[in-house]
Amino acid sequence: MLFELRDVHLDRAGKRVLDGVSARLPDGATCIVGPSGSGKSTILRLLNRLADPDRGVVLYRGRDVRELDPRALRREVALVPQLPALLAGTVADNVRYAASLAGHEADVERVLTLAGLDPSYADRDSDRLSVGERQRAMLARALAQRPRVLLLDEPTSALDPDARNAVERTLHELCGRLGIARVVVTHDEAQARRLAEWVVRVDAGRVVACGPAAEAFSG
Amino acid sequence: MSGAIDITLGEVAASLALVAVAVAISRWRGAGLEGDIGVAVLRSFVQLTAIGYVIQAIFDEDSLALVLALIAVMVVFGAFTARARARKVPDALGPLLVALALAGAATLGLVVALGIFEPEPRYLVPVGGMVIGNAMTAAAVALNRLGDDIRDKAQQIEATLALGASAREAAAPVVRASLRSGMITLVDSTKTTGLIFFPGTMVGMLVAGAEPTEAVRLQLILLWVLLGSVAISAVVATSLAYRRFFTPADQLRDVPAP
Repeated sequence: MLFELRDVHLDRAGKRVLDGVSARLPDGATCIVGPSGSGKSTILRLLNRLADPDRGVVLYRGRDVRELDPRALRREVALVPQLPALLAGTVADNVRYAASLAGHEADVERVLTLAGLDPSYADRDSDRLSVGERQRAMLARALAQRPRVLLLDEPTSALDPDARNAVERTLHELCGRLGIARVVVTHDEAQARRLAEWVVRVDAGRVVACGPAAEAFSG
Repeated sequence: MSGAIDITLGEVAASLALVAVAVAISRWRGAGLEGDIGVAVLRSFVQLTAIGYVIQAIFDEDSLALVLALIAVMVVFGAFTARARARKVPDALGPLLVALALAGAATLGLVVALGIFEPEPRYLVPVGGMVIGNAMTAAAVALNRLGDDIRDKAQQIEATLALGASAREAAAPVVRASLRSGMITLVDSTKTTGLIFFPGTMVGMLVAGAEPTEAVRLQLILLWVLLGSVAISAVVATSLAYRRFFTPADQLRDVPAP
Protein backbone atom coordinates (compact mmCIF):
# COMPACT_ATOMS: atom_id res chain seq x y z
CA MET A 1 0.00 0.00 0.00
CA LEU A 2 1.39 3.42 -0.95
CA PHE A 3 -0.22 5.41 1.88
CA GLU A 4 -2.45 4.54 4.76
CA LEU A 5 -4.15 6.92 7.20
CA ARG A 6 -5.37 5.46 10.47
CA ASP A 7 -7.87 7.40 12.57
CA VAL A 8 -6.27 10.75 11.79
CA HIS A 9 -7.49 13.82 13.69
CA LEU A 10 -6.34 17.37 13.16
CA ASP A 11 -7.55 20.68 14.59
CA ARG A 12 -6.45 24.05 13.34
CA ALA A 13 -7.21 27.39 15.01
CA GLY A 14 -9.73 25.65 17.25
CA LYS A 15 -11.58 24.11 14.31
CA ARG A 16 -11.71 20.39 13.54
CA VAL A 17 -10.23 19.88 10.08
CA LEU A 18 -9.86 16.08 10.04
CA ASP A 19 -12.14 13.99 12.21
CA GLY A 20 -10.99 10.38 12.33
CA VAL A 21 -9.81 9.91 8.75
CA SER A 22 -8.93 6.34 7.81
CA ALA A 23 -8.09 5.46 4.21
CA ARG A 24 -5.78 3.28 2.12
CA LEU A 25 -4.21 4.66 -1.06
CA PRO A 26 -2.64 2.09 -3.40
CA ASP A 27 0.10 2.67 -5.98
CA GLY A 28 -1.13 4.18 -9.24
CA ALA A 29 -3.53 7.08 -9.57
CA THR A 30 -5.66 8.17 -6.63
CA CYS A 31 -8.03 11.13 -6.53
CA ILE A 32 -9.15 12.70 -3.27
CA VAL A 33 -12.47 14.34 -4.06
CA GLY A 34 -14.81 16.47 -2.01
CA PRO A 35 -16.20 19.98 -1.61
CA SER A 36 -13.96 22.88 -0.64
CA GLY A 37 -13.16 22.99 3.06
CA SER A 38 -13.65 19.24 3.41
CA GLY A 39 -10.02 18.57 4.41
CA LYS A 40 -8.63 17.29 1.08
CA SER A 41 -5.62 19.59 0.95
CA THR A 42 -4.83 18.93 4.59
CA ILE A 43 -4.70 15.19 3.90
CA LEU A 44 -2.24 15.86 1.08
CA ARG A 45 -0.02 17.92 3.40
CA LEU A 46 0.07 15.05 5.90
CA LEU A 47 1.33 12.65 3.22
CA ASN A 48 4.70 14.38 2.89
CA ARG A 49 4.80 15.75 6.43
CA LEU A 50 4.26 19.40 5.77
CA ALA A 51 1.99 18.92 8.78
CA ASP A 52 1.52 16.20 11.40
CA PRO A 53 -1.82 14.95 12.75
CA ASP A 54 -2.78 15.66 16.34
CA ARG A 55 -3.81 12.03 16.68
CA GLY A 56 -3.58 8.98 14.44
CA VAL A 57 -0.92 7.63 12.11
CA VAL A 58 0.10 8.21 8.48
CA LEU A 59 2.01 5.35 6.84
CA TYR A 60 4.09 5.52 3.65
CA ARG A 61 4.81 2.08 2.19
CA GLY A 62 4.04 0.59 5.60
CA ARG A 63 6.22 2.93 7.67
CA ASP A 64 5.05 5.71 9.98
CA VAL A 65 6.08 8.93 8.22
CA ARG A 66 7.29 10.30 11.56
CA GLU A 67 10.03 7.64 11.53
CA LEU A 68 11.32 8.93 8.18
CA ASP A 69 13.61 11.86 7.50
CA PRO A 70 11.07 14.52 6.48
CA ARG A 71 13.34 16.10 3.87
CA ALA A 72 14.16 12.78 2.22
CA LEU A 73 10.45 11.90 2.26
CA ARG A 74 9.55 15.21 0.56
CA ARG A 75 12.09 14.65 -2.21
CA GLU A 76 10.60 11.22 -2.88
CA VAL A 77 6.98 12.34 -2.38
CA ALA A 78 6.75 15.71 -4.14
CA LEU A 79 3.85 18.02 -3.38
CA VAL A 80 2.67 20.63 -5.85
CA PRO A 81 0.47 23.10 -3.95
CA GLN A 82 -2.66 24.64 -5.38
CA LEU A 83 -1.41 28.20 -5.16
CA PRO A 84 1.72 28.52 -7.23
CA ALA A 85 4.58 30.02 -5.23
CA LEU A 86 7.78 30.05 -7.25
CA LEU A 87 11.06 31.49 -6.04
CA ALA A 88 12.41 34.74 -7.49
CA GLY A 89 14.38 34.18 -10.70
CA THR A 90 13.67 32.43 -13.96
CA VAL A 91 11.68 29.26 -14.47
CA ALA A 92 14.99 27.46 -15.18
CA ASP A 93 16.41 28.76 -11.87
CA ASN A 94 13.45 27.22 -10.07
CA VAL A 95 13.81 23.91 -11.87
CA ARG A 96 17.56 23.76 -11.22
CA TYR A 97 17.09 24.62 -7.56
CA ALA A 98 14.58 21.80 -7.10
CA ALA A 99 16.85 19.34 -8.94
CA SER A 100 19.87 20.38 -6.86
CA LEU A 101 17.94 19.76 -3.64
CA ALA A 102 17.36 16.19 -4.83
CA GLY A 103 21.00 15.85 -5.93
CA HIS A 104 20.23 15.70 -9.67
CA GLU A 105 21.29 17.59 -12.74
CA ALA A 106 18.27 19.37 -14.20
CA ASP A 107 17.07 18.61 -17.73
CA VAL A 108 15.10 21.85 -17.90
CA GLU A 109 13.79 21.42 -21.44
CA ARG A 110 12.51 17.93 -20.75
CA VAL A 111 10.63 18.73 -17.54
CA LEU A 112 9.09 21.86 -19.03
CA THR A 113 7.82 19.82 -21.95
CA LEU A 114 6.51 17.13 -19.59
CA ALA A 115 4.63 19.81 -17.65
CA GLY A 116 3.07 21.18 -20.83
CA LEU A 117 5.24 24.30 -21.07
CA ASP A 118 7.21 25.28 -24.15
CA PRO A 119 10.99 25.10 -23.46
CA SER A 120 11.24 28.80 -24.31
CA TYR A 121 9.72 29.43 -20.87
CA ALA A 122 13.03 28.46 -19.26
CA ASP A 123 14.34 32.02 -19.33
CA ARG A 124 11.08 33.68 -18.35
CA ASP A 125 10.97 35.50 -15.03
CA SER A 126 8.84 33.51 -12.59
CA ASP A 127 6.87 36.55 -11.45
CA ARG A 128 5.88 37.41 -15.03
CA LEU A 129 3.91 34.20 -15.63
CA SER A 130 0.17 33.77 -15.58
CA VAL A 131 -1.29 31.65 -12.78
CA GLY A 132 -1.75 28.72 -15.17
CA GLU A 133 1.85 28.99 -16.37
CA ARG A 134 3.04 29.12 -12.79
CA GLN A 135 1.08 25.98 -11.97
CA ARG A 136 2.85 24.16 -14.79
CA ALA A 137 6.23 25.58 -13.76
CA MET A 138 5.56 24.24 -10.26
CA LEU A 139 4.83 20.82 -11.76
CA ALA A 140 8.04 21.01 -13.83
CA ARG A 141 9.97 21.90 -10.70
CA ALA A 142 8.59 18.88 -8.88
CA LEU A 143 9.33 16.58 -11.84
CA ALA A 144 12.95 17.79 -11.86
CA GLN A 145 13.34 16.03 -8.53
CA ARG A 146 12.47 12.67 -10.16
CA PRO A 147 9.99 11.84 -7.40
CA ARG A 148 8.42 8.41 -6.93
CA VAL A 149 5.12 9.95 -5.89
CA LEU A 150 3.47 13.21 -6.99
CA LEU A 151 0.94 14.90 -4.71
CA LEU A 152 -1.05 17.42 -6.72
CA ASP A 153 -3.46 19.90 -5.16
CA GLU A 154 -6.02 21.03 -7.75
CA PRO A 155 -3.29 20.96 -10.43
CA THR A 156 -5.42 22.35 -13.24
CA SER A 157 -7.65 24.79 -11.35
CA ALA A 158 -6.23 27.83 -13.19
CA LEU A 159 -5.86 26.24 -16.63
CA ASP A 160 -7.98 26.55 -19.74
CA PRO A 161 -9.37 23.27 -21.17
CA ASP A 162 -6.48 22.79 -23.64
CA ALA A 163 -3.79 23.28 -21.02
CA ARG A 164 -5.76 21.14 -18.57
CA ASN A 165 -5.93 18.31 -21.11
CA ALA A 166 -2.18 18.62 -21.72
CA VAL A 167 -1.40 18.34 -18.01
CA GLU A 168 -3.79 15.43 -17.57
CA ARG A 169 -2.16 13.63 -20.51
CA THR A 170 1.24 14.25 -18.91
CA LEU A 171 0.04 12.80 -15.65
CA HIS A 172 -1.22 9.68 -17.44
CA GLU A 173 2.09 9.28 -19.25
CA LEU A 174 4.14 9.83 -16.12
CA CYS A 175 2.21 7.22 -14.30
CA GLY A 176 2.60 4.70 -17.08
CA ARG A 177 6.06 5.40 -18.47
CA LEU A 178 8.00 6.62 -15.45
CA GLY A 179 6.11 4.64 -12.85
CA ILE A 180 5.34 7.72 -10.74
CA ALA A 181 2.38 7.24 -8.43
CA ARG A 182 0.11 10.23 -8.00
CA VAL A 183 -2.43 11.51 -5.55
CA VAL A 184 -4.56 14.30 -6.98
CA VAL A 185 -6.84 16.50 -4.91
CA THR A 186 -9.74 17.81 -6.95
CA HIS A 187 -13.20 19.18 -6.41
CA ASP A 188 -13.99 18.33 -10.04
CA GLU A 189 -15.86 15.01 -10.33
CA ALA A 190 -15.31 14.90 -14.09
CA GLN A 191 -11.58 15.25 -13.64
CA ALA A 192 -11.57 12.52 -11.01
CA ARG A 193 -13.37 10.24 -13.50
CA ARG A 194 -10.70 10.94 -16.10
CA LEU A 195 -7.70 10.55 -13.80
CA ALA A 196 -8.50 8.17 -10.98
CA GLU A 197 -7.96 4.47 -10.59
CA TRP A 198 -8.76 4.78 -6.88
CA VAL A 199 -11.01 7.34 -5.19
CA VAL A 200 -11.11 8.70 -1.64
CA ARG A 201 -14.23 10.77 -1.10
CA VAL A 202 -14.02 13.29 1.76
CA ASP A 203 -16.68 15.42 3.39
CA ALA A 204 -16.48 17.58 6.52
CA GLY A 205 -13.17 16.10 7.61
CA ARG A 206 -14.30 12.50 7.24
CA VAL A 207 -13.81 9.83 4.60
CA VAL A 208 -17.21 8.89 3.25
CA ALA A 209 -16.05 6.42 0.58
CA CYS A 210 -12.77 4.81 -0.42
CA GLY A 211 -12.26 2.28 -3.20
CA PRO A 212 -11.63 1.58 -6.88
CA ALA A 213 -12.80 4.26 -9.31
CA ALA A 214 -15.05 1.78 -11.07
CA GLU A 215 -17.04 1.34 -7.85
CA ALA A 216 -16.89 5.00 -6.83
CA PHE A 217 -18.39 6.19 -10.09
CA SER A 218 -20.81 3.32 -10.73
CA GLY A 219 -24.36 4.52 -10.58
CA MET B 1 40.73 64.70 22.82
CA SER B 2 38.30 66.08 25.28
CA GLY B 3 37.29 69.58 25.99
CA ALA B 4 34.87 70.63 28.69
CA ILE B 5 32.24 73.32 28.72
CA ASP B 6 30.14 74.45 31.62
CA ILE B 7 26.41 74.11 31.03
CA THR B 8 24.11 75.48 33.69
CA LEU B 9 20.60 74.27 34.50
CA GLY B 10 19.41 77.72 33.46
CA GLU B 11 20.76 77.13 29.97
CA VAL B 12 19.06 73.76 29.84
CA ALA B 13 15.82 75.37 30.98
CA ALA B 14 16.18 78.02 28.26
CA SER B 15 16.06 75.30 25.59
CA LEU B 16 12.50 74.57 26.76
CA ALA B 17 11.54 77.57 24.64
CA LEU B 18 11.86 75.31 21.60
CA VAL B 19 9.70 72.70 23.34
CA ALA B 20 7.10 75.43 23.79
CA VAL B 21 7.28 76.05 20.04
CA ALA B 22 6.63 72.32 19.43
CA VAL B 23 3.65 72.34 21.81
CA ALA B 24 2.29 75.50 20.19
CA ILE B 25 2.55 74.01 16.69
CA SER B 26 0.90 70.79 17.84
CA ARG B 27 -2.01 72.70 19.38
CA TRP B 28 -2.29 75.15 16.48
CA ARG B 29 -2.51 72.37 13.88
CA GLY B 30 -4.47 69.96 16.07
CA ALA B 31 -1.76 67.29 16.00
CA GLY B 32 -2.74 66.26 19.52
CA LEU B 33 0.86 65.66 20.58
CA GLU B 34 1.01 68.12 23.48
CA GLY B 35 0.67 65.37 26.09
CA ASP B 36 3.24 63.18 24.36
CA ILE B 37 5.68 66.07 24.11
CA GLY B 38 5.24 66.75 27.84
CA VAL B 39 5.87 63.10 28.69
CA ALA B 40 8.87 63.01 26.33
CA VAL B 41 10.43 66.07 27.90
CA LEU B 42 9.84 64.82 31.44
CA ARG B 43 11.11 61.32 30.70
CA SER B 44 14.19 62.56 28.87
CA PHE B 45 15.00 64.85 31.82
CA VAL B 46 14.53 62.13 34.46
CA GLN B 47 16.19 59.33 32.48
CA LEU B 48 19.21 61.32 31.31
CA THR B 49 19.72 62.91 34.72
CA ALA B 50 19.56 59.50 36.37
CA ILE B 51 21.98 57.93 33.88
CA GLY B 52 24.22 60.98 34.28
CA TYR B 53 24.54 60.28 38.00
CA VAL B 54 25.06 56.55 37.33
CA ILE B 55 27.82 57.29 34.82
CA GLN B 56 29.38 59.81 37.19
CA ALA B 57 29.40 57.16 39.93
CA ILE B 58 31.01 54.62 37.56
CA PHE B 59 33.63 57.17 36.51
CA ASP B 60 34.35 57.95 40.16
CA GLU B 61 34.71 54.27 41.02
CA ASP B 62 36.73 53.65 37.82
CA SER B 63 35.52 50.04 37.91
CA LEU B 64 35.26 47.86 34.79
CA ALA B 65 32.91 45.51 36.67
CA LEU B 66 30.44 48.36 37.04
CA VAL B 67 30.81 49.15 33.33
CA LEU B 68 29.96 45.55 32.48
CA ALA B 69 27.00 45.63 34.86
CA LEU B 70 25.68 48.80 33.21
CA ILE B 71 26.08 47.31 29.74
CA ALA B 72 24.33 44.12 30.88
CA VAL B 73 21.39 46.24 32.10
CA MET B 74 21.33 48.05 28.75
CA VAL B 75 21.30 44.70 26.92
CA VAL B 76 18.33 43.46 28.95
CA PHE B 77 16.34 46.70 28.60
CA GLY B 78 17.26 46.86 24.91
CA ALA B 79 16.06 43.30 24.33
CA PHE B 80 12.73 43.95 26.04
CA THR B 81 12.25 47.18 24.08
CA ALA B 82 13.08 45.48 20.78
CA ARG B 83 10.73 42.60 21.60
CA ALA B 84 7.84 45.04 21.73
CA ARG B 85 8.56 45.87 18.07
CA ALA B 86 9.05 42.24 17.05
CA ARG B 87 5.72 40.92 18.32
CA LYS B 88 5.14 38.73 15.28
CA VAL B 89 8.21 36.64 16.10
CA PRO B 90 7.36 33.98 18.68
CA ASP B 91 9.67 34.03 21.75
CA ALA B 92 11.85 36.79 20.31
CA LEU B 93 13.39 37.72 23.66
CA GLY B 94 16.04 34.97 23.64
CA PRO B 95 17.42 35.78 20.16
CA LEU B 96 17.38 39.50 21.03
CA LEU B 97 19.29 39.03 24.28
CA VAL B 98 21.94 36.94 22.51
CA ALA B 99 22.14 39.38 19.58
CA LEU B 100 22.60 42.47 21.75
CA ALA B 101 25.03 40.78 24.13
CA LEU B 102 27.15 39.43 21.27
CA ALA B 103 27.08 42.74 19.39
CA GLY B 104 28.15 44.61 22.55
CA ALA B 105 30.82 42.12 23.58
CA ALA B 106 32.32 41.70 20.09
CA THR B 107 32.33 45.41 19.32
CA LEU B 108 33.74 46.65 22.63
CA GLY B 109 36.16 43.72 22.76
CA LEU B 110 37.47 44.58 19.30
CA VAL B 111 37.83 48.33 19.84
CA VAL B 112 39.83 47.65 23.00
CA ALA B 113 41.89 44.84 21.39
CA LEU B 114 42.71 47.04 18.39
CA GLY B 115 43.80 49.83 20.71
CA ILE B 116 41.15 52.25 19.43
CA PHE B 117 39.96 53.01 22.96
CA GLU B 118 41.52 52.41 26.34
CA PRO B 119 39.61 49.90 28.51
CA GLU B 120 38.38 52.70 30.76
CA PRO B 121 34.85 53.61 31.83
CA ARG B 122 35.19 57.06 30.20
CA TYR B 123 35.29 55.38 26.76
CA LEU B 124 33.45 52.10 27.30
CA VAL B 125 30.29 53.54 28.87
CA PRO B 126 29.33 56.01 26.12
CA VAL B 127 30.51 53.77 23.28
CA GLY B 128 28.73 50.79 24.86
CA GLY B 129 25.53 52.82 25.08
CA MET B 130 25.72 53.78 21.42
CA VAL B 131 26.55 50.23 20.36
CA ILE B 132 23.68 48.65 22.30
CA GLY B 133 21.23 51.34 21.21
CA ASN B 134 22.01 50.93 17.53
CA ALA B 135 22.17 47.13 17.83
CA MET B 136 18.73 47.19 19.45
CA THR B 137 17.21 49.26 16.66
CA ALA B 138 18.76 47.06 13.98
CA ALA B 139 17.59 43.82 15.62
CA ALA B 140 14.08 45.20 16.18
CA VAL B 141 13.73 46.37 12.57
CA ALA B 142 15.14 43.09 11.24
CA LEU B 143 12.81 40.91 13.34
CA ASN B 144 9.80 43.08 12.59
CA ARG B 145 10.47 42.55 8.88
CA LEU B 146 11.13 38.83 9.44
CA GLY B 147 7.76 38.37 11.14
CA ASP B 148 5.94 40.19 8.35
CA ASP B 149 7.76 38.43 5.53
CA ILE B 150 7.39 34.91 6.89
CA ARG B 151 3.64 35.42 7.06
CA ASP B 152 3.43 37.15 3.68
CA LYS B 153 5.54 34.51 1.96
CA ALA B 154 4.25 31.48 3.85
CA GLN B 155 3.07 29.80 0.65
CA GLN B 156 6.41 30.22 -1.06
CA ILE B 157 8.28 28.98 2.01
CA GLU B 158 6.04 25.95 2.35
CA ALA B 159 6.32 25.20 -1.37
CA THR B 160 10.11 25.22 -0.95
CA LEU B 161 9.88 22.96 2.10
CA ALA B 162 7.73 20.64 -0.01
CA LEU B 163 10.71 20.17 -2.33
CA GLY B 164 12.74 18.82 0.56
CA ALA B 165 14.52 22.05 1.43
CA SER B 166 15.53 22.59 5.04
CA ALA B 167 13.92 25.35 7.09
CA ARG B 168 17.17 27.30 6.70
CA GLU B 169 17.08 26.95 2.92
CA ALA B 170 13.38 27.76 2.67
CA ALA B 171 13.67 30.83 4.90
CA ALA B 172 16.93 32.09 3.35
CA PRO B 173 15.34 34.74 1.08
CA VAL B 174 13.28 36.29 3.89
CA VAL B 175 16.15 36.09 6.38
CA ARG B 176 18.35 37.88 3.84
CA ALA B 177 15.77 40.62 3.30
CA SER B 178 15.34 41.05 7.08
CA LEU B 179 19.08 41.37 7.63
CA ARG B 180 19.18 44.01 4.93
CA SER B 181 16.34 45.93 6.58
CA GLY B 182 18.13 45.91 9.91
CA MET B 183 21.37 47.26 8.44
CA ILE B 184 20.27 49.59 5.67
CA THR B 185 19.33 52.61 7.82
CA LEU B 186 22.80 52.94 9.32
CA VAL B 187 24.49 52.16 6.01
CA ASP B 188 22.47 54.93 4.34
CA SER B 189 23.06 57.45 7.11
CA THR B 190 26.80 56.62 7.02
CA LYS B 191 26.77 57.37 3.29
CA THR B 192 25.22 60.79 3.78
CA THR B 193 26.98 61.79 6.97
CA GLY B 194 28.64 65.17 6.70
CA LEU B 195 26.54 66.05 3.67
CA ILE B 196 22.97 66.03 4.88
CA PHE B 197 23.40 65.85 8.63
CA PHE B 198 26.08 66.10 11.29
CA PRO B 199 26.07 63.14 13.64
CA GLY B 200 25.57 63.71 17.35
CA THR B 201 29.03 62.81 18.56
CA MET B 202 30.67 65.25 16.19
CA VAL B 203 28.21 68.00 17.08
CA GLY B 204 28.81 67.34 20.79
CA MET B 205 32.57 67.51 20.42
CA LEU B 206 32.46 70.68 18.33
CA VAL B 207 30.16 72.37 20.83
CA ALA B 208 32.46 71.23 23.63
CA GLY B 209 35.35 73.01 21.93
CA ALA B 210 37.21 70.17 20.19
CA GLU B 211 39.14 70.66 16.96
CA PRO B 212 36.92 69.80 13.96
CA THR B 213 39.42 67.24 12.60
CA GLU B 214 39.53 65.55 15.98
CA ALA B 215 35.74 65.48 16.16
CA VAL B 216 35.62 63.98 12.67
CA ARG B 217 38.10 61.24 13.54
CA LEU B 218 36.11 60.18 16.59
CA GLN B 219 32.89 60.30 14.60
CA LEU B 220 34.36 58.09 11.90
CA ILE B 221 35.51 55.55 14.46
CA LEU B 222 32.05 55.45 16.00
CA LEU B 223 30.22 55.20 12.68
CA TRP B 224 32.41 52.36 11.48
CA VAL B 225 32.25 50.56 14.82
CA LEU B 226 28.47 50.89 14.76
CA LEU B 227 28.31 49.36 11.28
CA GLY B 228 29.96 46.25 12.67
CA SER B 229 27.79 46.06 15.76
CA VAL B 230 24.59 46.57 13.77
CA ALA B 231 25.57 43.80 11.36
CA ILE B 232 26.39 41.40 14.21
CA SER B 233 23.16 42.19 16.01
CA ALA B 234 20.94 41.81 12.94
CA VAL B 235 22.57 38.62 11.71
CA VAL B 236 22.47 36.94 15.12
CA ALA B 237 18.87 37.99 15.80
CA THR B 238 17.57 36.83 12.41
CA SER B 239 19.62 33.62 12.39
CA LEU B 240 18.23 32.59 15.76
CA ALA B 241 14.69 33.93 15.35
CA TYR B 242 13.70 32.36 12.01
CA ARG B 243 13.83 28.87 13.59
CA ARG B 244 10.98 29.93 15.88
CA PHE B 245 8.67 29.70 12.86
CA PHE B 246 9.51 26.05 12.12
CA THR B 247 9.06 22.73 13.90
CA PRO B 248 12.02 20.34 14.33
CA ALA B 249 10.60 18.39 11.33
CA ASP B 250 11.05 21.46 9.09
CA GLN B 251 7.34 22.30 9.06
CA LEU B 252 6.16 25.90 8.98
CA ARG B 253 4.10 26.74 12.06
CA ASP B 254 0.80 28.63 11.85
CA VAL B 255 0.28 28.43 8.11
CA PRO B 256 -2.91 30.16 6.99
CA ALA B 257 -5.56 27.58 6.15
CA PRO B 258 -5.53 26.62 2.44
